[in-house]
Amino acid sequence: MVNVELTPHLFQFFPELQGKKLVVEASTVREVVQQLDNIEPGIAFYLCDERGRLRKHVNIFVKEEMVADRANLGDRVEPNSRVLIMQALSGG
Amino acid sequence: MTDRILVGTRKGTFLVEKMNGRFGAKLAGHPGVGVNFVARDPHTGTLWAALGHGHWGAKLSRSLDGGKTWADAPQIKYPEGARYLAMPDPSPEGDGDGDPKAVTARNATLLKLWMIAFGQPGRIYVGTIPGGLFVSDDGGESFELNRPLWNHESRGGDLFNGEGSGKTHWFGTPASEGEFAPGIHSIVVDPRNTERVLIAISTAGVLETNDGGKSWCSRTKGMTNDYLPNPEAEWGHDPHSVVLCAGDPDHMWQQNHAGVFYSSDGALNWKKVSQPEKGIHFGFPVAVDARDGKTAWLVPGKADMQRMAIDGRLFVARTEDGGQTWKELRRGLPQECAYDVVYRHSLDNSGDTLAFGSTTGNLYVSEDRGESWATVANNLPPIYSVRFG
Repeated sequence: MVNVELTPHLFQFFPELQGKKLVVEASTVREVVQQLDNIEPGIAFYLCDERGRLRKHVNIFVKEEMVADRANLGDRVEPNSRVLIMQALSGG
Repeated sequence: MTDRILVGTRKGTFLVEKMNGRFGAKLAGHPGVGVNFVARDPHTGTLWAALGHGHWGAKLSRSLDGGKTWADAPQIKYPEGARYLAMPDPSPEGDGDGDPKAVTARNATLLKLWMIAFGQPGRIYVGTIPGGLFVSDDGGESFELNRPLWNHESRGGDLFNGEGSGKTHWFGTPASEGEFAPGIHSIVVDPRNTERVLIAISTAGVLETNDGGKSWCSRTKGMTNDYLPNPEAEWGHDPHSVVLCAGDPDHMWQQNHAGVFYSSDGALNWKKVSQPEKGIHFGFPVAVDARDGKTAWLVPGKADMQRMAIDGRLFVARTEDGGQTWKELRRGLPQECAYDVVYRHSLDNSGDTLAFGSTTGNLYVSEDRGESWATVANNLPPIYSVRFG
């Protein structure tokens, strides 16, 4: 099982997720996003474009490492990993 | 006719309503979110908003209760296999340092929702970047890419099933959110025959369908330009906005990068009616009277090098004779130190009432066909869209 944490920014669009413990079964980041979309339909299109690529200004960390495969989200996640989904700081 | 005005801004959706004789604006949704366009479906009353989240992509939003609450609508997505031929980005930040001849086939993903229009009951059109016309025939429950337009010969043919001609006449717009891609910003439906639709693209031209989108042809005759080797080229035009007179639909108006154009024969022929010496030439929006096709309004700007009010004095221009003569309407508008620019969707009219908003966050209303103007607000976020509805 993988523990997923979301940036609070996403709660304005998906308020049902606020305070909810998100634990999904997944072995890749792509599966994490798919599982999240099963819980909250539509959220995958906030994180990824229609080709499944991570949006330019979104970051996903597995433990403390930023995902390397932004095109296919093939990065592996181990059981009990913490996956953090953030908006990217793009300067400012 | 309605007194309510829907305003899309860089930081949310605002509603403007008349209370006790004065127009007032209030934030009505999407706080902090870019709103490119807001419009009301005249058949259902549903409000539709085209959002551009900085981080989370473009999203359609709708309100079933007049703007009190909003929720995500079914989303628009380019279908698998949708590709388009893209020019190199000429901007300093873009990929213009690469091979300047390199036209590349890119996979299409939604960059921007730019314009929403309504046809017969149940039909909704959305113009997008990169260059997509999405159509719903179920009141917005689902949208499909119009493939005959997407596969049009002017942009290189069918790239779903092959490599096409490798040559496109559709260029790009800096409004395309990080890439240099063409965008559909004007969609007008002929009220006499809703299967007849005209669209305008920055940068390509004007196209028309007479069969509900099964086939498309160019409608750029007379749209002379001043930035291509051939001023009468069929493609490569930069219409900034195109409108049609609902009560006299053969009368159409166009504010173009290269001037103001008018057609009295349903876009078969366009005639340049600019008067540059009077400042009637460059700008983004145009509005046409709903009954009299010879009457139109513009908010002119200082040519493309500056893109702001001419000499720091903001005015609206009106013609009542098909562009032969223009009247400058300045009463109530700032006549010193005003450098507003008004975007293509930010001027609208309903009966004798007009409204426009600028990227400086100023919103003005006239209730006498533009003769005099009242300030509604001065400190709104940059305004992207002003629609009655």
